[in-house]
Amino acid sequence: MAADTITLNDPTPVLGASGAATGTLPGKHARTAKNVGWYVLLSLLSLVVLFPVWMTLVRALSTPVAYVNEGLPLYPVSVEWDIFSRAFSEGELGRRMWLSAIVTFIIAAAQLITSILCAYAFAFLRFPFKRLVFVVFMATLMLPIEVTLIPNVTTIRNLGWLNSYEGLTVPFLATAFGIFLIRQGFMGIPKDLLDAAKLDGYGHFAFMTRVAVPVTRPVVASFGVIALLAAWNQYLWPRAVVTVSEWETVQIGLKSVAASNVEESNIGFAAAIIAALPVLLLLIFLQRQLIRGLTAGAVKG
Amino acid sequence: MSGVSFEGVTKRFDTVTAVDALTLDIVDGEFMVLLGPSGCGKSTALRMIAGLETISDGVLRIGDRVVNNVEAKDRDIAMVFQSYALYPHMTVAQNVEFPLKARKYSVDGGPPRKLTADERAERVDDAVKTLGLAELTKRKPGALSGGQRQRVALARAMVRRPEVFLMDEPLSNLDAKLRAQTRLDIVELHREVATTFVYVTHDQVEAMTMADRMAVIADGRLQQVGEPQTVYERPANLFVARFIGSPPMNTIEGEVAEAGVVAAGASRIPFTGDVAKGRKVVVGLRPEHLHLGEGDIEATVKAVEWLGHERHVIVDIAGSKAIVRQETDEGAAPRIGETVHLGHHVENVHVFDAGSTERLN
Ligand SMILES: Nc1ncnc2c1ncn2[C@@H]1O[C@H](COP(=O)(O)OP(=O)(O)OP(=O)(O)O)[C@@H](O)[C@H]1O
Ligand SMILES: [Mg+2]
Repeated sequence: MAADTITLNDPTPVLGASGAATGTLPGKHARTAKNVGWYVLLSLLSLVVLFPVWMTLVRALSTPVAYVNEGLPLYPVSVEWDIFSRAFSEGELGRRMWLSAIVTFIIAAAQLITSILCAYAFAFLRFPFKRLVFVVFMATLMLPIEVTLIPNVTTIRNLGWLNSYEGLTVPFLATAFGIFLIRQGFMGIPKDLLDAAKLDGYGHFAFMTRVAVPVTRPVVASFGVIALLAAWNQYLWPRAVVTVSEWETVQIGLKSVAASNVEESNIGFAAAIIAALPVLLLLIFLQRQLIRGLTAGAVKG
Repeated sequence: MSGVSFEGVTKRFDTVTAVDALTLDIVDGEFMVLLGPSGCGKSTALRMIAGLETISDGVLRIGDRVVNNVEAKDRDIAMVFQSYALYPHMTVAQNVEFPLKARKYSVDGGPPRKLTADERAERVDDAVKTLGLAELTKRKPGALSGGQRQRVALARAMVRRPEVFLMDEPLSNLDAKLRAQTRLDIVELHREVATTFVYVTHDQVEAMTMADRMAVIADGRLQQVGEPQTVYERPANLFVARFIGSPPMNTIEGEVAEAGVVAAGASRIPFTGDVAKGRKVVVGLRPEHLHLGEGDIEATVKAVEWLGHERHVIVDIAGSKAIVRQETDEGAAPRIGETVHLGHHVENVHVFDAGSTERLN
């Protein structure tokens, strides 16, 4: 993913600055040299990023004993293709991925809605202590989940929400990050547009849904993707509020699969790859959207 | 269609008084221009009519209705913004249609109701054709020139058939040629729709050419209201005198020496009107009302600017700088440093009190 970002962050501007202006032969050589340099660097970076992924695949496909006997090579040994279907059934991945999908969808949808509403208020409405409230919201970004984990788990237990959708989702229905990102997008909308919409007969809600959100669509969409990824990949929290196997999300399931198949470690690797597939597909389809939103930052009217 | 009336309307921002006790009656159907220098509060006045600014004090009426506490979306007003404020994600046609989707409109004198899709399309079509945008309806604002965007903004205001049109410096982003053309188009539009227009500008040429009446504002205070010609010919105070006209009116400090004559240095300037002897005054004389040659005003030539069809002769009269317009065919340019005499008609002399700056004659 990191490699993709860099590739798309096209080197042309850099090249344009050096070579394009002159257009002479020496300039052309310098340009080619620079091009080669860039691609070497990018290739190295992709290697670094892709290496662990490749190794996971190698370990999943290789029979564990043969692999160790071969001396842990960089390629698969005595490949077992049925390992994926075994991992899927033994890890009960179907059920767990379904649960994860529901939880992920609830969290991402809720975060989108609350972030848009809240960002709108910060960007377009006037209310007392607006700056202060915003700063407090942003301050929550500074707290890693490890800090709030224990008090939050206590709260959830007291509410009787262990092993439930509530326990898995409620603490994540709003996020300062989304508020911040979407607010930045909204701040790029000229105030005149709101004034024009008022005169055209629209109130705040209509302006938000018909103008503000469509105009900042790249930002909103990229936040949606980020929210989906983060929710799907959650580990620490579900681990803390789930105590029975029926409520284990897929990421927790991976742990159980690995723990109950110590002999056959390749099942754990295969399960990990299966669990990563939805995320991978999502990224492949939405990477343009994601990168556009993150780099565009604000959308000018 | 309705008039707009300000009754002692004041707008205060934290420390600034942007509009100070403005009393102004804008008559139903007239083209009123609010004219003043940057920061004088004209946009604020306009935005109060629109309902985009609250009113600190006073009463604002649209038609017979007091609108102090009526929200913008509940007033029947259309506005063209300096930035045009087009919705960037909508096509031209969608932009123009947008106000029609929100509001209720009365059709053929019936009670207000939501328009059907066909009625909306018809109105959009109408507006788009009137403003020569028919070819562009599927484009988005990003793919339009400044002039085209401006016309989309006009179209979006026009489809509404509102009670009042507001325009805040709608021409300031256009080049000179397009501005002259659009000026005519807007006047034409006003004649067609016969609705009250309130038009804000700091450009006196726009004000003079477009206004039925204009209101000159400075520092949040109304200076003078009237037809452009009246304001030009009888400015109510020194501010208006200096602000309207290009090149600006010459002003010369002096004292009333005897009935109907002001003395300024070596010059004696006769005027019409009744001002007490001994009063300190400022005399105003427009550049086109001074003539080189015979006359009671003595001046020293400081510089000559040649503009093709005319010359601006810059002179010193009793310590004040003044400009004299000379047609190029009126003879040779005077030499710099030369002492010249300037003639004028007495009825073209404006006399203002040196203290209060109010007009005296
Ligand atoms: N939202 C605001 N908060 C504080 N002060 C404001 C606000 N809007 C306007 N002002 C002040 O009120 C005064 C009048 O502003 P206004 O925009 O009406 O001027 P203007 O005549 O339209 O000027 P311009 O020709 O530059 O547009 C200015 O001093 C301005 O700084
Ligand atoms: Mg203004």
